Amino acid sequence: MSATETLVPDPVPATTRKDWASDQEVRWCPGCGDYSILAAVQLLMPELGIRREDTVFVSGIGCAARFPYYMNTYGMHTIHGRAPAIATGLALARPDLHVFVVSGDGDALSIGGNHLIHALRRNVNITILLFNNQIYGLTKGQYSPTSELGKVTKWTPFGSLDQPFNPISVALGAEATFVARTHDMDRAHMMETFRRAFEHKGSKLVEIYQNCNVFNDGAFEAITSKRVREDMLVPLRHGEPIRFGADGSKGVVLDPQRGARIVDVADVGEDALLVHDETRPDPGVAFMLSRLATGPHEPTPIGVFRAVERQEYGEAVNGQVAAAREERGEGDLAALLRSGATWEV
Amino acid sequence: MSEQVQRTKSVRDLDRVVIRFAGDSGDGMQLTGDRFTTSSALYGNDLATLPDFPAEIRAPAGTLAGVSAFQVHISDHDITTPGDAPTVLVAMNPAALRSQIDRVEPGATVIVNTDAFDERNLAKAGYTSNPLHDGSLDGYTVYEVPMTSLTKGAVEPLGVKPRDAERSKNFFALGLVSWMYTRPVDRTLEWIERRFAGKPQVAAANTAAFKAGHAFGETAELFDHAYDVKPAALPKGTYTNISGNTALAWGLIAASQMSNLPLFLGSYPITPASDILHELSKHKNFDVRTFQAEDEIAGIGAALGAAYGGHLGVTTTSGPGMALKAETLGLAVSLELPLLVIDIQRGGPSTGLPTKTEQADLLMALHGRHGEAPLPVIAAKSPSHCFEVAIEAARLALKYRTPVILLSDGYLANGSEPWRLPDIDSLPDLTVDFATEPNHVDDEGNASFWPYRRDPETLARPWALPGTPGLMHRIGGIEKADGSGNISYDPVNHERMVELRAAKVAGIAKELPDVEVHGDVDSADVLVVGWGSTWGAIDGAVARVRAAGHKAAAVHLVHLNPFPPNLGEVLKRYPKVLVPELNLGQLTSVLRAEFLVDAKAVTKVRGLPFTASELEQAILDHLSGVLS
Repeated sequence: MSATETLVPDPVPATTRKDWASDQEVRWCPGCGDYSILAAVQLLMPELGIRREDTVFVSGIGCAARFPYYMNTYGMHTIHGRAPAIATGLALARPDLHVFVVSGDGDALSIGGNHLIHALRRNVNITILLFNNQIYGLTKGQYSPTSELGKVTKWTPFGSLDQPFNPISVALGAEATFVARTHDMDRAHMMETFRRAFEHKGSKLVEIYQNCNVFNDGAFEAITSKRVREDMLVPLRHGEPIRFGADGSKGVVLDPQRGARIVDVADVGEDALLVHDETRPDPGVAFMLSRLATGPHEPTPIGVFRAVERQEYGEAVNGQVAAAREERGEGDLAALLRSGATWEV
Repeated sequence: MSEQVQRTKSVRDLDRVVIRFAGDSGDGMQLTGDRFTTSSALYGNDLATLPDFPAEIRAPAGTLAGVSAFQVHISDHDITTPGDAPTVLVAMNPAALRSQIDRVEPGATVIVNTDAFDERNLAKAGYTSNPLHDGSLDGYTVYEVPMTSLTKGAVEPLGVKPRDAERSKNFFALGLVSWMYTRPVDRTLEWIERRFAGKPQVAAANTAAFKAGHAFGETAELFDHAYDVKPAALPKGTYTNISGNTALAWGLIAASQMSNLPLFLGSYPITPASDILHELSKHKNFDVRTFQAEDEIAGIGAALGAAYGGHLGVTTTSGPGMALKAETLGLAVSLELPLLVIDIQRGGPSTGLPTKTEQADLLMALHGRHGEAPLPVIAAKSPSHCFEVAIEAARLALKYRTPVILLSDGYLANGSEPWRLPDIDSLPDLTVDFATEPNHVDDEGNASFWPYRRDPETLARPWALPGTPGLMHRIGGIEKADGSGNISYDPVNHERMVELRAAKVAGIAKELPDVEVHGDVDSADVLVVGWGSTWGAIDGAVARVRAAGHKAAAVHLVHLNPFPPNLGEVLKRYPKVLVPELNLGQLTSVLRAEFLVDAKAVTKVRGLPFTASELEQAILDHLSGVLS
């Protein structure tokens, strides 16, 4: 037996949140949105029916990247932007593990943009939690690839000139099979979204709107604060018409000319509303939904944009290895060395 | 036609011959040279090869830029280089003749395909007059053979279209040269059948062309005799002809088998390393996973991730890719995980000479990282030696839990030589003891796991695989507290960790064998120090100067960091030290800095290996004090 086949017997013992917390002191700024995300993850883990020793958190660089140190699991805090690549190797080598990647907007979409899109297109079994606070925190306040155009920072006193990425649009464009958004002010929504991601087979991207109270405080307040949430967050629920606002008075329709847009339900009638379907093979409608808001100051969809089945990459890679062993038997080194033309002296 | 072919012409014995096949990139010269090599290997010669081709897949036909050449040295005795100057040149067109003629020995045999010497091709090659008629080849023995038309004549009766028929002319050349050097033909004919099994008409055409070339030698009045290079007296055993990249791939598989760890290759395509990816991907039944990453960084990243999961993680690249891997190498040094990084060096900097050889990545391998990040560096000395060094690289990585850089180069990668197959039972046991139990008791008396509690002997840290209950731990690039591995910014701890990592790598020297001095061990006036692929040329050059009555010795370094324990003493034993390198003196400066010896560099950066005669001259110059 190979040394790396799964080492653990059944059944999975029951755990509590405390079991999933490491003994390390959490060192994010007081009031940081990361605390609520950490709490949601630690609360969710006991419900997933998995073992701590079979779970690995991999991160890159940034505030979010400290996450693995606080989980009582295996963990790797790696280098800037590379976590999806490193996690890909780990997930291919060890399909028995549950591999999570924790990343931020700079880490995942700037320095690591290439690794993110390729991990997504391959559909390798990793759960990517993208903490989007639209700012560089650890380097103290430079604009990020998701900062709004015109962002005034320490080095852009006249406003930034860079068109921001929309992470959901990027993920959909990269052929991701699971794409979702949640935010740090709603623990229940986070837990449910993380659970859905975990249960999906393949690469999953969850964008989490996360408040950086030091360098970009209130970036999402216009949509996530309790008093406006009802009117500003558009919950996506599979199989249901997309509605929001007080008494569901607002809705989303698919206009053949103008794409997805917001309407008063009273004006169009309930039957005209777009029924959300996560499983559409074509990502086009999901992409239109990702463009519904131009930023976190307009009604913004949250929930699962897309969840489709596609061959998981690790299964395919390991399937070829298994098929080769089945067909040709386990490798015979002596025979390999003699596989070319040989002669005797 | 069979081995018992009737020979009407006499055969003269030669002790060795150096043949260079040259033609257009599309003429199949690499295939021709490769097959001639294999049939010579099967015949029992010792040999060495030097493929020499352009970076362009198909440069404009007939131009100097498009010339592709393959040199092979066959011998009835032990040889270590592909030969200095060819004694036979096969030139398929004017460009091949023009670009190669200066390399061949005066008086050499030159076989030309006269059909290609028309005005258009002569002009493309830059000839203003036809060299076959203007006397410029007077110093050579020239055989003018209309290969294209003879090939067409042989092949067209099979129903092959004229355009396709012409494409078999390399097999005509192979047949002719096989006749000239009395190579056995049956296995080549069998090989043609196998190689073109899916295209019966091509197989038939190539067979007809090969036979026509062979028959031409026998019957044309051009040649009055053939030559034979008898089998070499090599040590008993089973041999195969192997290139450096294949040997490396097989060495990695062997290391995976001996360690009982699955092999994981994370790689991005780059010349001249890609063949390792190609070769390994054929052998998935050895529990091999090959991953073509999105870039060089992801290649090493995925390999490191797989290593964390308990695979033998490998990444393969060449110079530009090596530069991109530097940051991840720093992480691997910090994480102290086993990882193999294989650099098939090529001409640099930047894109440089992608298909040509060089040894200019040595200092990058030794030092090219941020922070104090020492790691073991080893280099292969010949194509078949790549097998052994791949295993050695894995052994060091697994035992000391460290990334290891293995240096090869374009010459070793594509060159080939006969290899006596090793006894599988003699390969080292690389089994790893993974951590399975806690190794520490905390203040409250609870058992816990400290990922950086080192083995006192090797200073290696324990390797606990994810999936192991009770040993959950976090590792990362931030400085870790000695022992517990928790984040630590303590200044004294950082200094201790830097020193521990350095001591671990330096300590490898304790178990390395002393370097062996060859030649005039006790009386040499000059010591030649080599590393990597210069071994063959150094070996040949030292033998020649000793044969001429001079006192010379040589050492060859496989381990470049750390050095073998006796190296300093050996260097100081001889009055003069000469270091041939395919760079501007990188090892030389390391030896001078480390051992305070007055080592002199002999350098060459032309994309080609040293010839033995170049080094012979350099040694003589150094002995006579010419070399300053």
